[in-house]
Amino acid sequence: MLAIAGTVPDESFPLIRGRMTLKGDDTLIINGTEVPVNRGTPALAGAVIRAGEVLGLDAPEGILVGDIGRGEGSRKLYRHLVETLCEAEFSTLVFHYLQPDVDWHNRILFALDAMNQRPRLIADAGFMYAAKMSGQAISYDLFTPDVGELSFLADETAPHPFYTRGFILHQDNQVPDLINRACNHGNSARHLLIKGRCDYVVCSDKITDQVDQPSAEAMEAVGGTGDTLTGIVSALMETNRPIPDSARIAARANRLAGSFASPTPASQVADIIHHIPMALSRAMEEQEKTSNE
Amino acid sequence: MFGLNFNFLKRKNRTAKEQPPQEDLGILVFENTSEVIQAENILKSRGWTVKVMGPPPGIQSGCDLVIQFPLIENLTLMRLLTEAGIPPLEMVPVTAPLLKPVDLFHTKDFGDHLMIRAANMKLTIDKKTKIIVNISGGGCPDVPYLAWQMVGKHMDEAPRPGKIGHTLCGYALELAYEEMSRQCSL
Repeated sequence: MLAIAGTVPDESFPLIRGRMTLKGDDTLIINGTEVPVNRGTPALAGAVIRAGEVLGLDAPEGILVGDIGRGEGSRKLYRHLVETLCEAEFSTLVFHYLQPDVDWHNRILFALDAMNQRPRLIADAGFMYAAKMSGQAISYDLFTPDVGELSFLADETAPHPFYTRGFILHQDNQVPDLINRACNHGNSARHLLIKGRCDYVVCSDKITDQVDQPSAEAMEAVGGTGDTLTGIVSALMETNRPIPDSARIAARANRLAGSFASPTPASQVADIIHHIPMALSRAMEEQEKTSNE
Repeated sequence: MFGLNFNFLKRKNRTAKEQPPQEDLGILVFENTSEVIQAENILKSRGWTVKVMGPPPGIQSGCDLVIQFPLIENLTLMRLLTEAGIPPLEMVPVTAPLLKPVDLFHTKDFGDHLMIRAANMKLTIDKKTKIIVNISGGGCPDVPYLAWQMVGKHMDEAPRPGKIGHTLCGYALELAYEEMSRQCSL
């Protein structure tokens, strides 16, 4: 089972764990509670659900809690995971918008070690920041940074992207150098899917693929498009596909979904989620065709 | 502590490229980033030379930003901030290197829309109406909250990220907001 741990931007939202479904493209339902899908973890969950429809996956399990940046909800969720992971039967576990907290991060890793079978681990957003700073990035199967976050991974001293040193940040157009630097300092997961003008797929410090088409410049401004990419790749990994294949197909599918939505800088991510099934189907067909050639 | 748990800030070795400690400087430690922003605004508006920086090793309280100031002014600043209702949690001399926040802005003009990126946060507005149409980037849990509160509102009517944000991502968005306001006023 694929599980997603993350937050929703509502302080009164309690810790809820349950299967998630979509109502339309803009409302997530978990245990009967509705959550708007506009960005953040609900957008990631929406993308997983829509991709799962194409891939024949069961509804993903959500472990969601309200947090508006104070960290209280995140800590509640961390505590819940530490207490319950040993009994969970997750095959893929995605960590998302959570307050970066290295101490809790490390407790989670201990709890994962105690599981009968450790799930595939994907970290994005705040939890990826904590994973990097813990010095245990290599414990993860996949990180999904954007280029700015890759600079942060490449800066061995930065505890948050906000403190990435300028001389590293200036390497905006030299993604391969940043990848090398992140890997050399042990701050990369085993695989990276780097979101940007060109998406890069990295396996054990080697770039295995680059995806830059179709290109819709406005996507950079649309909040949540990175979340949808993380959602699609998570769903593909849940089908046991090799991670580099999953990452390549996801990058292509996310771009196609964006292109189908004809985005402007004012588009909302629900517009893009709507197109994921068609986009993913096409990306998989292309992949199959390439494999048969 | 409202901010991120940056105990790990204290664990990493620092390099020569970081700002060296200066014995004539002190730092003001606050409970959360909103207080840091308020204090920064008050002090700068009164002509004080202060800088927002990352906390040094050894500071176990407060949020993930501190205000660096000339140590000799400690009593004056403490009184001023206490009178303003935002007394710092601590005021200590700088004895270790401070992390310097990203200070680069990137502007992208989409024609009808303008996007400003500060650190890892991006703010996009409709150039004609000044309505905030999107907020993207970032990874802390106040980012979706800030987007929820700000998107769809006019720049002048939207709540300031510095007021309702709690993390470094929120502070970065405040910087983007300030830069956007500056560019809109040109």
